[in-house]
Amino acid sequence: MKKPSRLAAHLVQLGILVAVLGAWYWATLPGGINHLLLPPPIPVFEGFWVLFTADSIWPDLLVTVREWVTAVLLASVSGCTLGYLISRSGYAVRVFDPLLAGLYSIPAILLFPLYLLFFGLGPGSKIAIGTTIAFFPIVLNTIAGLAYVDKAYITAARSMGASDFQLFWSVMLPAAFPVVLTGLRIGCIVAFLSILGGETISSLAGLGHRIVSLAENMETSRMFSNILFAVLIAIVINVIVTFAEARGRRGMQ
Amino acid sequence: MNGRRGPIMSPGMARLVVIIALLVIWEVGARLYADPLFLCPPSQAVVALPRIFSDPKIIHAIWVTIYEVFVAFVLSVSFGMTIGLIVGLQGFTKKAILPVILLLYSIPQATVLPLFILSFGIGPAAKIAFGLSHGIFPVIVTTVGGVQNLRPSLLTAARSMGANRWQIFTSIVFPHMIPSFFTGMRLGMTLVLLGVLLAELYVSTAGIGFYTRLFAESFAPPDLFALIAVLAAIAVTLNEICRMGERRFSRWHNG
Repeated sequence: MKKPSRLAAHLVQLGILVAVLGAWYWATLPGGINHLLLPPPIPVFEGFWVLFTADSIWPDLLVTVREWVTAVLLASVSGCTLGYLISRSGYAVRVFDPLLAGLYSIPAILLFPLYLLFFGLGPGSKIAIGTTIAFFPIVLNTIAGLAYVDKAYITAARSMGASDFQLFWSVMLPAAFPVVLTGLRIGCIVAFLSILGGETISSLAGLGHRIVSLAENMETSRMFSNILFAVLIAIVINVIVTFAEARGRRGMQ
Repeated sequence: MNGRRGPIMSPGMARLVVIIALLVIWEVGARLYADPLFLCPPSQAVVALPRIFSDPKIIHAIWVTIYEVFVAFVLSVSFGMTIGLIVGLQGFTKKAILPVILLLYSIPQATVLPLFILSFGIGPAAKIAFGLSHGIFPVIVTTVGGVQNLRPSLLTAARSMGANRWQIFTSIVFPHMIPSFFTGMRLGMTLVLLGVLLAELYVSTAGIGFYTRLFAESFAPPDLFALIAVLAAIAVTLNEICRMGERRFSRWHNG
């Protein structure tokens, strides 16, 4: 009974896809929606292939990916280090954990105009906003992972004479690892989203910059092709990061 | 580790000390080293607060943002919960539709922001629509998650006692869903705020995002920091309200 219902679910999903594409095509037929607002699908898909040849997207993709990798590295190193230091004492956890959680609820994107002043229109301000936004889930999950390891494990390891390093390496780290990994995954994804957001607000290069400048020139058809590309990149990043998390989780066990 | 000596002060007190220490470092650092065009000491931002609150244009901007956030939030919660319940209550729709929703959720909305502006203009409508596009997904996902946690034995018991659909909904599904409603509302609120501000920063003629950008571009850091502080206070308050609701209504659930 299980198989046919899964097949039916996929059929429904296919149906939705066809319906969306059909509605898109139908709406842009002559007499439909203005093509400046919604371009017809076929030129959009044609424009998508042009992205890899004449209208090369690689330099902009490289800019965005470089910003993303730098931001993720900065946020992971600082978040994990600070999280580790705080988690060493239960008192520090009680002092800093609510403080960081409170800061996390403030929309950090408001700092972006300030970062533009500090770091300029180039990659610097995007790296800064990506790092700021990715830092919080990483540090909070590192604290949550390390500080709430079951006390029984620690007592057991201590009573068997484990040194500080052994305790950390063989008990704390494996126990905390899945939670820390979740933080890193969330950090990777929000960093990418906020970098795209930053590029949309103001920038000199990058995927977001391309989309915005095409929008400002009213080249909606090419803009849609670029949006399609950015969405695919986001999905690829999502899949890679989720896969890496699952992999890391299994590798640790 | 197990020393009987208690810490010198309570964690809440120590947190306050940390915050004050950071502010003092910022104050001293900014006074000694910073370029006043880019960074100001926090005391100047405090001085700028009354100036900001006496400017009717800025008061108006704050109200515009609150209005946009409020409308987008109400729409996100009502649409999100309805969709979440419709999708979540049926095993088949969940299997078929939920992956589509998750796929849409993973789309970076910043890339479609120009489209929102093209279709809704540069007024509040585009911000509300963009906020809605951010806020609706966490509400849907937590609502579906809440339905999933429904214990089937309760449903079977109710049905075997002859409850009809409406009775099952009001006395079993709905009370069971309250904690996840609040979780969804809190996540939705955070993202609605993010979406509205992002849209305001991108292009706008009013709202907090517009003035943040204006103050940054006119090199007026005291006003900028004061405005950021006001917004931070609003964000923390909204978040705390949702968190309180979450705690208050999930108490019976855990007990």
